[in-house]
Amino acid sequence: MDRIAGIINLDHEQDLLDELTYFRCGAAVPFGGRYRMIDFAISNMANSRIESVAVFARRKYRSLMDHLEQGKAWDLDRKRGGLFILPPDWNDPTDISRGDLQHFHNNIDFVNRALADYILVSGSQNICNIDFQEVLSEHKNSGADVSVIYTKVDELYPEFNLAHKLDVDGNGRVTSIHNDHNNKNVYMDMYLISKDLLSELIEQCIAHGGSHFFLDGIKSRLEDLHVHAYEYKGAHALINSVESYYRNSSKLLEADEHDSLFKEDAPIFTKVKNEAPAKYLPTSNVSNTLVANGCVIEGEVEDSILFRGVKVGEGAVIRNSIIMQRCEIEPNAVLENVILDKDCRISEGRTLIGAPEKPFVLPKRKSM
Amino acid sequence: MKNKECVAMLLAGGQGTRLKSLTKKIAKPAVYFGGKYRIIDFPLSNCTNSGIDTVGVLTQYEPLILNDYIGIGASWDLDRKFGGVSVLPPFMQAEGGGWYTGTANAIYRNLQFLNQYDPEHVLILSGDHIYKMDYNAMLDYHKESGADCTISVIEVPWEEASRFGIMNTDDNGRITEFDEKPKEPKSNLASMGVYIFRWDVLKQYLIDDAENENSSNDFGKDIIPSLLGDYRKLMAYTFEGYWKDVGTVNSLWEANMDLLKKEPELNLNDQSWRIYSKNPNQPPQYIAPSAKVKNALINEGCRIKGEIDNSVIFYGVHVDENSVVKDSVIMPDVKIGKNVTINRAIISKGSVIEDGAVIGDASPESEITLVAEEGSVLASSYATNS
Repeated sequence: MDRIAGIINLDHEQDLLDELTYFRCGAAVPFGGRYRMIDFAISNMANSRIESVAVFARRKYRSLMDHLEQGKAWDLDRKRGGLFILPPDWNDPTDISRGDLQHFHNNIDFVNRALADYILVSGSQNICNIDFQEVLSEHKNSGADVSVIYTKVDELYPEFNLAHKLDVDGNGRVTSIHNDHNNKNVYMDMYLISKDLLSELIEQCIAHGGSHFFLDGIKSRLEDLHVHAYEYKGAHALINSVESYYRNSSKLLEADEHDSLFKEDAPIFTKVKNEAPAKYLPTSNVSNTLVANGCVIEGEVEDSILFRGVKVGEGAVIRNSIIMQRCEIEPNAVLENVILDKDCRISEGRTLIGAPEKPFVLPKRKSM
Repeated sequence: MKNKECVAMLLAGGQGTRLKSLTKKIAKPAVYFGGKYRIIDFPLSNCTNSGIDTVGVLTQYEPLILNDYIGIGASWDLDRKFGGVSVLPPFMQAEGGGWYTGTANAIYRNLQFLNQYDPEHVLILSGDHIYKMDYNAMLDYHKESGADCTISVIEVPWEEASRFGIMNTDDNGRITEFDEKPKEPKSNLASMGVYIFRWDVLKQYLIDDAENENSSNDFGKDIIPSLLGDYRKLMAYTFEGYWKDVGTVNSLWEANMDLLKKEPELNLNDQSWRIYSKNPNQPPQYIAPSAKVKNALINEGCRIKGEIDNSVIFYGVHVDENSVVKDSVIMPDVKIGKNVTINRAIISKGSVIEDGAVIGDASPESEITLVAEEGSVLASSYATNS
């Protein structure tokens, strides 16, 4: 079996989720009732038997490190390999690298030492459930130098404007990579490359003064490299704005979407919190909602997502909202189209109503 | 290495025959409770929360699931370099061996295990009860009183006292007499099966007990009476709080129902005294538009499309449209079809309940129905009672 090592490259990811990314990077934003964005990339790797994972962190990574710990939740607390969280800290006086090449250059030991023949590089913003071993076998069959992963989207949502798009020929070879807003082949910010070629391309990019490995090492070299396109067909969401976050969170309430993301044989893992089961009191009325453990519900909740340990008081009403960990909604408060970050408290009888297309976002630990 | 002040020994070898088919393939301490837990989570979490980091778990009956569940103790933070959790099954030695013949024999056979920690005190626990207790507070009391043995007791209603092992004490809390299930109880202080012994004292009594051929090698029947007979100092430590023996199908059901009260005596959401457990790592539960959920505890991985009333639902349970689950306990991974009615029942792990099935008896005083064949697909009707 060929072995793969993983890199989760957060270097170029912008923190565009307004209040939700004031104090944390996008990869650490809570999602889906109990997860963080990065859980999907890292669980996909763990489920694909990737046993060494490096995380290239650049900014606001405190809560990310707190969440990942030593990788125990993903079985990545290993004697050999395991999880490496790599914040920017470099001391090489001869280093002339820029952009994410700084990360690749200064952490080249990770690549060299990894017990792997291939490296899978992924961002954290594409939510999916993918088997990278399948990507590898298609990669090897195609004889390509690099395989990039994309998905064909049905509808062109605004978040795709920030993603690269692919033109793919009949043999599955990538002919161009661009930003055409009308192209539905959305690049998922994931590629597979052999360890040796990765090292070689890193050196070349730095020598040419590059600052972005994907753009300088792959996108601009489609003529001399064989770049294969792997099409992913399962549930997918690209989350790079409050709007895409809100819309795709609601999509988890649909059974098909939910089941193709949370598979029994390829579960999404996350840090455990040891919460008790959720409790529904006689006055509760819950409908079309995802509820995490530790919640205590006395009020009414509809079309919403409740993270772990949320309390909903008697007579409170929550609709179309996302309520993060340990928020407390006091009796008779009304919330509609609202995103509450962790530890918020809404006092008795308060009403907060956002617009369906633009939810009202309350930052962490706010009381109203 | 420094010695351990107190080592816990958890007696987990019991079969729990009164739980009927729930313990057909698993030991009683591994029986599910409270939507997420197994009984053994309570004593193990109590140990961790009380600062006791060395626990021997004595297994004998159907240990497979229990061994797998305990693992290296990581779920309870008991994966330690010195100490931690050790599973102690019966074993063979040069001079022979065999099954544990009683609770005292189980500890006697593991003298070597205890000696390696050279403890000052040994805490004896059982895996049969649901309760949250600070063993460290009891240890402090035991040390202050200078007792050879301290027995944790709880006040039970006088009319029920004859069902328990009753401790008669003097005004200072010193135990003068031990009455096993007395017809006319002189006190209502029932033993909780939680003992702390001075290790040097217990060791000698265990050795003597092993040499006594007439002994049944049991703590309650042999060790405690001999200590009392020798006028050793035995103190009663009164515990206040929720404590429940879940030894029968009915009491297991009742203890689950107790959790559904608005302010249950046993608070599982207490951040300062967490009950730890192995976490199944499943997605949040989904409550569908067609669902009606009232008065329930529901765990992750569930998909609820039917009606849940006054029930405890473990992880990974699916309840389809127009099904009604009332006053029941549904254990993990049970799949309930459409138009099913379940009343006052306990459904075992992995059962598949076919569309239209009717299970249990709704009348308030009826026996609790137990559906306990794991993985069974039930015909569209299931006889009440098992």
